[in-house]
Amino acid sequence: MKRTFIGGRWAVAIGLTLSAVGVWSQETGKAPGPPKPPSVYTNPRAGAGDPRIGLKGGLHDAAEAANGMVRIATLPKPPGFAPGDPNTTPPEPPTEEQGVGGGGGGRRPNIQYGSTNSDLAFSGNHLFVGNYNGINFYDIDDPGKVKLRTSLLCPGGQGDVSVHGNLLFMSAEAMNGRIDCGSQGIPLPAGYKPPPPEPPAPNAPPGTRARRPPPPPNPDRFRGVRIFDISDLAHPKQVATVQSCRGSHTHTLVIDPKDKENVYIYISGTGPVRQADELAACSGGDPEKNPETALFRIDIIKVPLAHPEQAKIVNSPRIFSDDKTGALNGLWKGGTHGEGTQTTSVTDKCHDITVYSALGLAAGACSGNGILLDIRDPKNPKRLDAVSDPNYAFWHSANFSNDGKKVLFTDEWGGGSQPRCRETDPMHWGADAIFTLDKGKLTLASYYKMPAAQTETENCVAHNGSLVPIPGRDVLVQSWYQGGVSVVDFTDPTHPFEVAYFDRGPTDSTKKGMGGQWSTYWYNGYIYGAEIARGVDVFKLVPNQFLTQGEIDAANQVHFNELNVQNQPKITWPSNFIVARAYVDQLERSGALPAARISAVTAAMEKGNRGQLQSLAKGLEKDSAGAKTAADRERMKALAGILKAARR
Amino acid sequence: MRIGPNLAVILCWGAAVGFSQPAPIVQPGAPGKPGKSVSAAAAAKLGVRTPVEADVEFMQGMIHHHAQAVEMVDLLRTRGLRKDLLAFGERITISQSDEILSMKQWLTERRKPIAPAHDHAHHHGNGGAGMPMMPGMLTAEQMAALAKAKGSEFDQLFLTGMIQHHIGALVMVEELFETPGAGQEPVLYDFATDVDNTQRAEIGIMRGMLKEKR
Repeated sequence: MKRTFIGGRWAVAIGLTLSAVGVWSQETGKAPGPPKPPSVYTNPRAGAGDPRIGLKGGLHDAAEAANGMVRIATLPKPPGFAPGDPNTTPPEPPTEEQGVGGGGGGRRPNIQYGSTNSDLAFSGNHLFVGNYNGINFYDIDDPGKVKLRTSLLCPGGQGDVSVHGNLLFMSAEAMNGRIDCGSQGIPLPAGYKPPPPEPPAPNAPPGTRARRPPPPPNPDRFRGVRIFDISDLAHPKQVATVQSCRGSHTHTLVIDPKDKENVYIYISGTGPVRQADELAACSGGDPEKNPETALFRIDIIKVPLAHPEQAKIVNSPRIFSDDKTGALNGLWKGGTHGEGTQTTSVTDKCHDITVYSALGLAAGACSGNGILLDIRDPKNPKRLDAVSDPNYAFWHSANFSNDGKKVLFTDEWGGGSQPRCRETDPMHWGADAIFTLDKGKLTLASYYKMPAAQTETENCVAHNGSLVPIPGRDVLVQSWYQGGVSVVDFTDPTHPFEVAYFDRGPTDSTKKGMGGQWSTYWYNGYIYGAEIARGVDVFKLVPNQFLTQGEIDAANQVHFNELNVQNQPKITWPSNFIVARAYVDQLERSGALPAARISAVTAAMEKGNRGQLQSLAKGLEKDSAGAKTAADRERMKALAGILKAARR
Repeated sequence: MRIGPNLAVILCWGAAVGFSQPAPIVQPGAPGKPGKSVSAAAAAKLGVRTPVEADVEFMQGMIHHHAQAVEMVDLLRTRGLRKDLLAFGERITISQSDEILSMKQWLTERRKPIAPAHDHAHHHGNGGAGMPMMPGMLTAEQMAALAKAKGSEFDQLFLTGMIQHHIGALVMVEELFETPGAGQEPVLYDFATDVDNTQRAEIGIMRGMLKEKR
């Protein structure tokens, strides 16, 4: 099967090469130039005086800059995840005798940073940190003294992680993943001799070599979603391994509010398709040639909560298909959007999907497109809208605003390992794109990028973030790899701005290093960061010119029992004066209420005089209609609601 | 050391009263099979995977492969006509140069040579500097034709040549993952899948340019 497909691909390539002859001498006259300026607002780059510029590098002694947030703890990665002990593995210089892959047998490579930390999930007082080598469980009863509880070793890719009750879910995509969590990878069977290589096709392009024979299928290989029982945190048990054709790069926990007995997992796979003799019914290729292709779809696992061992794939919806023609590859087929625009990947996969079950919606960041899905029936997601963007290379992840009226997508230009926040990299490339969402339609409103220019040695691009539950505002805390953490306000989708930040100098200022924040999420009053190289960071917000203590206190009124950021929870705030204070601060900052009204509301809340509060609430309700911005209107109404309901 | 339930209780108690005990390191087994405890010393040895020969060959070969793309864009700067192609060529140079740096660093950190010391295998024509031809690379004749062409003739040769070149990169990635035991080192896995994503997208753009008939 696979061989046939490869032949087909060459035929396509040669066909294209030949067809080019027909347009041999066309002319062009357009001016070259810098990248096309975006059609919407982009936040400006920070000036040279930004404290994040020029920070001293170092793995554990880099200089730091912060504003509006402070780092309160960092716990380095534990054994099995941390860099090897340099005392036991002295560096060995390369030798002339080392040929191809030779000479180095058994020697430890000189890797500085250990295995990469990745995504985060939270449950109660526990934090789960994914890693390419497994998952670390931490106790966060006292976030300033975060403690390692258990290390689970189980390699197989980036180890995207979710938690629900006693079940812990983990993605495995890479070729070294094993059903038994072994670290040895997939060795060849004893005595295995590869069959002779196939000669290249007679019409293959120059440079084509004899193809290597495919690897023997291996029953031990695991690519898909693992399910662990963590009812005993010290002894996690693997209860199910759900295999899939492309493995699981990321996954999304989906909870159907109407279904108490099952949860669902959406698998996003971006790796190569497996051979059918390793996993039945897997085949790849162009959907026009192979309607059964494992590309151009997502896979959905149903997990019966009482019997997680029975978890299995129940549907593989073709969410990219064309409504009219039925073609499976109906969306963006790759190509340029015009001169000076960004490279866009062919949409045959989703990288990450964020579901917002309270609204029955999901936002998929699906390589060449951002898509919106109706997930009211979680087994059968239906596409509502799809957008492409000339400035986006790789649609990577998404967050909804709490009211569901905006979606913030990220573009992982350069794949996360390249420096894309240099002074020369455009602000609207490798950035967030903020869309408004109205009646199922997405419309681009602005771009936002962490504004401080980073160096050549710092991998940096937009990455994972979560909402900070400040009432009255849409605020996201977001990772930018070695660009650090940036907290962005996108309440006005046409003018996002930075509220707070944290940044370290490069892991190594002399050469490229893979480090920085992979995921940075708010959970119950603190911000947790999965620092790729340095371990777990814990931060808290502090007041600055864009953020008051009242707003921070109001955010801290929100409590989650569990948080998987891609299963976005609907945030609700209690009706109390702590939350009211945040609205008052915001109305004062925006000037929507004059100083006298601000003082009157503040005094009435202090005294708790019911009559005064009622009268102020009435005034606010009445005046809200005349507010200059929609945000202020909502704040006045929400504040009036709290004052009205106040008892005492 | 196998940590039994009794010891786990003691560990919890120890933590509660402030003793510092290392957290258990557990390697679960397959579903239904017992897991095992791993010592910190044993776990520390699992930090990284050692690449296999095909991994090293892939990186060495891809450096050589990418270098030809940079060479082609150098020609484009003085011989090309289409302005959109010039801008696109700069992007190819930026991404391929960044990636060459990453690949060299990957090899150096693993104490592998940047180029194979001796090569007797699959030598097809003149790839330059004694290196083997990689899939999709332009032959010496093709490169000579490109170096002689100018204007729109050059643009067409560049586009068809670069599509051929990029498709070769996809073949290299596919060959890597098809090679028994290869592609299992995490950094290499991420790099190879990203090369696949990027070059696939660039092929799409170049196909679009060929169709635009400008």
